Amino acid sequence: MSKQEKHWEKTRSLLFITLAIWFVFSIGIFFFGAEMQASSFKPFGYPLSYYMTCQGSLLSFVILIFWFANRQEKIDEEFGYTEREDS
Amino acid sequence: MIKGKFIDNLPKVYGIYTGGFIVFIILMAVLEQAGVSAKAIGISFVIFTIAIYAIIGWLSRTLQMDAYYVAGRQVPTVFNGMATAADWMSGASFVAMAGGIYFKGYGYMALLVGWTGGYVLVASLLAPYLRKFGCYTVPDFVGTRYGGNAARLSAVLVLTVASFTYVTAQINATGTIASVALDIPFKVAVYVGLASILLCSMLGGMRAVTWTQVAQYIVLIIAYLLPVFWISNKMGAGFFPHLMLGDEVARIAELEGQFGFVKNSAADLATVPKGLAGITKAHSSVNGTTWGFISLTICMMAGTASLPHVMMRYFTTPSVKSARRSVAWSLLFIFILYSTAPMLATLSKLSLIDPTLSTGIIGKSIADVQALDWYQNWNQANLMFVSDFNGNGTLELNEFFMGGKAVVLATPEIAGLPYVISGLVAAGGMAAAMSTADGLVLAIANALSHDLYYKIIDPKAEAAKRLIVARVLLVLIGFAGATIAAMGIQGILGSVIWAFDFAMSGLFFPLVLGVWWKRANGPGAVAGMLLGLASGTAYLVWVRNGGSGFWGITHLTFGIVGSLVSLVSMVVVTLMTEAPDAKTQAMVDDVRIPSGKSVLGKQH
Repeated sequence: MSKQEKHWEKTRSLLFITLAIWFVFSIGIFFFGAEMQASSFKPFGYPLSYYMTCQGSLLSFVILIFWFANRQEKIDEEFGYTEREDS
Repeated sequence: MIKGKFIDNLPKVYGIYTGGFIVFIILMAVLEQAGVSAKAIGISFVIFTIAIYAIIGWLSRTLQMDAYYVAGRQVPTVFNGMATAADWMSGASFVAMAGGIYFKGYGYMALLVGWTGGYVLVASLLAPYLRKFGCYTVPDFVGTRYGGNAARLSAVLVLTVASFTYVTAQINATGTIASVALDIPFKVAVYVGLASILLCSMLGGMRAVTWTQVAQYIVLIIAYLLPVFWISNKMGAGFFPHLMLGDEVARIAELEGQFGFVKNSAADLATVPKGLAGITKAHSSVNGTTWGFISLTICMMAGTASLPHVMMRYFTTPSVKSARRSVAWSLLFIFILYSTAPMLATLSKLSLIDPTLSTGIIGKSIADVQALDWYQNWNQANLMFVSDFNGNGTLELNEFFMGGKAVVLATPEIAGLPYVISGLVAAGGMAAAMSTADGLVLAIANALSHDLYYKIIDPKAEAAKRLIVARVLLVLIGFAGATIAAMGIQGILGSVIWAFDFAMSGLFFPLVLGVWWKRANGPGAVAGMLLGLASGTAYLVWVRNGGSGFWGITHLTFGIVGSLVSLVSMVVVTLMTEAPDAKTQAMVDDVRIPSGKSVLGKQH
């Protein structure tokens, strides 16, 4: 396998992990809206369903993208594909 | 005070700008205390901010292709994040979103989740790769990756349909705010809004739009946060509303239980002015179906990743790495506003319906409410209405009606904040709508001037001529948008959601597969774009004309039909036709690694 193929394979598995986490917070948990509402776990006193729609999921996306960017930069570095600063 | 290149001094320039804006707010507050009229303050806010944007637009004028189309590809990561946030957050986010949450509760929050979750797709599937490609516009990528004018033209078509639907809504929003703040008729205000939009973008293209959008983000975020924090502290609800409104949310649920949601008769409802709504849904509990929520979320997410005016912001960063990182910053800046909207809705609702608060009106006598200053103002603007349906003389929950826009625009006044805050909010709404309209008009005009005119009609055109064509188109599209906006066919929010569905129907899979599936070819992409757009549109028309629809897909989620048809037809047609040539496959390989030269040259 060439260097570029290996790089792409790692990039692709990072994509799958990222999309899996994304799926959980954007779609997965909302199958359980009623259960979340009934949950006794209330972040900051909000019903869990309400909290996830107005902060929880949103915040998880922000963190996820920063994490994803860091990981991808590491992968690029590993294979020597990091851009030069002047380009 | 400022030496060296503008780009190196950005934090300083915008720091001074922010300071100046705060000084201006304080000055207005002082003038209000000195007895200057509310109207004069409102007008000053709107005119002052627009003048600033116009000056930035003028200073950023350019005759260079690279600067006009992609801001010279030198916008730093964090600033591009801010510009994207302003580009993204439109009149719908600023003016309409809190109102939607206010009236529809949980079901509406699907938009919040969708409009943020989509950025994960942007960051992981598209933005860095399109940046590496080095295109000027989204159809530029489609046209080069798939080869041939048919693909390029189809992309231009989808882009134009989606962005144009979106831009009429934004010009409508600028018109609404300008007409309230400047006290001029809506039909005139629409063109005032248009003129200010063009002032920002015409001379400097993407470069001018970038630097005005950063300025607009600063205005709109101050204008959105300040009243929420102020009201929260004034009510004693908590110093930091986002983390401290748990009790208030519970209190609303308690009051809702106490008042009950009484259904009004059709005859009573007929007396309520058009466009106003009453509180009929629970504030924080799950209402509506699971699929309704999830399908809307899916459409908004895929739409986010296919809307060209957002994507093209990531063409302006200096590198692939900074494009990727810039998506994260964009979402952080968006999150700051989006997480505030539900808090605004909560505070606004509680201050109106809680009888124990001095601002509460439910349970008061109808005559008292009708005598309130703010009620009279907003009633006159056709955004508020009360009526004694049951004839008992007191105002019940089901007897109070409000326009969605009023939640953001009127809450400061209702909560008893000084008028200077209302003026600030008007300026913020104007900034939000203008920044998005700018991005959209530019996206359409650039696609038409670069992809249609230069790449297809006249490939020998010189730079100067291309830039003139680009500007003429910008003005024409702006006018077309304003003319349609002046007719006021569809509400702001409805049009925005449709735009996402259109974009998703035609562009989502052709863009994503262009990077992630090497085998994808031209005929497949053309089929995907055209059949996707056509089937999505057909479904919309069908459902709007009384069609029953299927799978619980409504006129707000027709993108699901469009994109599925798009995916299937793209895959089928691709597999039935030849694989792309070696050159194209090499191009895809090249796009997948960040380092090295971009696929398209610097000037193309």
